Amino acid sequence: MEITTGWYLVLGALLFVIGGTGLLIRRNPLVMLMCVELMLNGVNLSFVAFARQLDDIGGQTVVFFVLVVAAAEVVVGLGLVVAILRRQPGATADDLSALRG
Amino acid sequence: MVDTLVFIVAAVICLTGALGVILARNPVHSALMLVMTLFGIAVQFVAQEAHFLAAVQVIVYAGAIVVLFLFVIMLLGVDRAQNLELSILPVQRWAALVFASGSLLLLGALIVVVNEPVTGAEAMGGAASGDENVRLLARSLFSDHVYAFELTSLLLVIAVIGAVVLARKPKEIQSPALEEQGDN
Repeated sequence: MEITTGWYLVLGALLFVIGGTGLLIRRNPLVMLMCVELMLNGVNLSFVAFARQLDDIGGQTVVFFVLVVAAAEVVVGLGLVVAILRRQPGATADDLSALRG
Repeated sequence: MVDTLVFIVAAVICLTGALGVILARNPVHSALMLVMTLFGIAVQFVAQEAHFLAAVQVIVYAGAIVVLFLFVIMLLGVDRAQNLELSILPVQRWAALVFASGSLLLLGALIVVVNEPVTGAEAMGGAASGDENVRLLARSLFSDHVYAFELTSLLLVIAVIGAVVLARKPKEIQSPALEEQGDN
């Protein structure tokens, strides 16, 4: 059996599905952020697979930018989680309706 | 075939870690399972001749982001196991779960069935060696995408400033009337 690009795309899609499912079923904001990371990694894998398939380094460049944006997102997201949980210990994502306007 | 074996082992590691992230009760276990998934993805990157991205994946994700997660978990003291949070879900969450996973699994099956090369040739050419990969990526990054690269530095500065502002003690920026109720 030869590993073609389709297999990498399937693995990326599975990681995306698992991350999205976790985002729906978990209520801990930290675990939800980790699930977002899973989804980003699934997409990154697809980008790298296409970059090899099409022999275009642009796909890997996009993955590089995704890494940078993911790092910034985690920093800001964890700052928000720290600020919220310090004020309201044990808060879940369902308790954050006070964030509106 | 070595390629097939590497893909299967790394895919099993990735999927096991991903399932562990969303099924572990304890957030610390979730973070450690995330490290497992990220290492599996790094192996897949090496198998796809993306050597630089594999190194960055290990350094930035496993080395920085997950450590940041663990640091925040320990700082907030939320590392105790959560009580059964799956049981408090309303019905529509399960419906959304079934819908999302079913449709995306269908998409994955479709990809396997179609499974044609996007262009004709399997491209394995000049980007094969790790040195060449880094050189190609650098040339793309600093010529075609140099403005985006500079903008990411601005983004990182903004993120750092935002994190500092968000993580300050609330009592420094609030009125004394709120201080009487205590910090927490």
